[in-house]
Amino acid sequence: MRRSVSIAGLAAALLLGALGFGTGQKSYAASAQEKTSTMEVKIDNFSFGPVTLTVPIGATVTWTNRDDIPHTVVSTDDSKTFKSKVLDTDEKFSFTFSKAGTYPYFCSIHPKMTGKVIVQ
Amino acid sequence: MSEKKKDQLLHDHNHDGVDRRGFLKCMAWAGTGAFCVMKGGVLNSYSLSRISEMSAADMMGELSFVQISDSHMGFNKPANPDVAGTLKAAVEKINALSGAPEFMLHTGDISHFSKPEEFDTVDQILKNATPKDVFYVPGEHDVLNDDGKQFLERYGKGSKGAGWYSFDKKGVHFIGLVNVMNLKAGGLGTLGHDQLEWLEDDVKHLKHSTPLVVFAHVPLWSVYPEWGWGTDDSAQALAYLKKFGSVTVLNGHIHQTMQKVEGNVTFHTAASTAFPQPQPGKADSPGPMKVPAEQLRSVLGITDVNYVRGQHALAVVDSSLA
Repeated sequence: MRRSVSIAGLAAALLLGALGFGTGQKSYAASAQEKTSTMEVKIDNFSFGPVTLTVPIGATVTWTNRDDIPHTVVSTDDSKTFKSKVLDTDEKFSFTFSKAGTYPYFCSIHPKMTGKVIVQ
Repeated sequence: MSEKKKDQLLHDHNHDGVDRRGFLKCMAWAGTGAFCVMKGGVLNSYSLSRISEMSAADMMGELSFVQISDSHMGFNKPANPDVAGTLKAAVEKINALSGAPEFMLHTGDISHFSKPEEFDTVDQILKNATPKDVFYVPGEHDVLNDDGKQFLERYGKGSKGAGWYSFDKKGVHFIGLVNVMNLKAGGLGTLGHDQLEWLEDDVKHLKHSTPLVVFAHVPLWSVYPEWGWGTDDSAQALAYLKKFGSVTVLNGHIHQTMQKVEGNVTFHTAASTAFPQPQPGKADSPGPMKVPAEQLRSVLGITDVNYVRGQHALAVVDSSLA
């Protein structure tokens, strides 16, 4: 179960890499960054998709809960860099990442649900 | 009477009125709707369909109580747009039990969003139940946004920590545990160090013959960790209970009935009064399971528990709201 999820995440990361995010393909990166400075994570079937999302510095990531059950988005670091309120069906939460780094997060109601945002 | 005789004890190696075959038979039946009573060293099991033929004396032990779970007041999605209606049906079912239960346990997810009006609605509906006392433990849906502050104010009087406590009824020791707080990324339900220490101390002075009933929201056994259906540190808790001859563990959270026997410990999960969830691994996620409206009440339910002094295990009966 976990393996398939991480493979999906890896695939998503590779896809994003191919699109020119954070891979040093500067000619694509600048225009892509402007177009997609808001990045999406969908919550479906008790999982975050993509599991790993790579974004440029300054990007705003928006999570949307598409499940019938409420979820949260909470960063796992002690200082809780970001923490949503409880998201009902179709509710959204956004956070703007201003510093490079890796930001693991989870649903504090269903802690098996984990994801990661890589900012570079 | 002749049918009952088939279920009578054949081999009583432990002199506790239970032979392995009889016990397993009773447990196997429990999953499909059965009623097991131990009296005079004889274990009898009855199909729920025959309950109407049983006398009140057959059904009553010395202590009778009811478990309800996962009422999710505030949920309004297609799996059940009327969770208040099905909770009312559960109360009607409880009031119709001939065993006259003395009190109720609610094993959490009282509300769906931890909203005050959701708790209020449940309180109002449960006031119509014949048993007046209700003992609660929180589910993860009851402690959203405020780390369980509201839950403690409403239901946690006299409890310790995040809301754990114990009490005694007719020689049975009841322990309510909280395993939905401070959940860690990637983990399962958690009891935590403070609660485990309290538990060890709480049972220390008890005689080993004292029957224990432990109730908590998330299962205290590993039902399906992939969906978070288990408790990370439950093994430590169970280690403290090993010396006891009869331990009954009652949980909710997974919205379906399930049983397991491990040594002297009998584990049960109760049905929800709100909506069913899929069997472990039988769907993409543990989200609400949609069934045709006319089938909904057959997959919701209550659990009735009876204790007969001097006997080994408590009789646990799951019955649907249909």
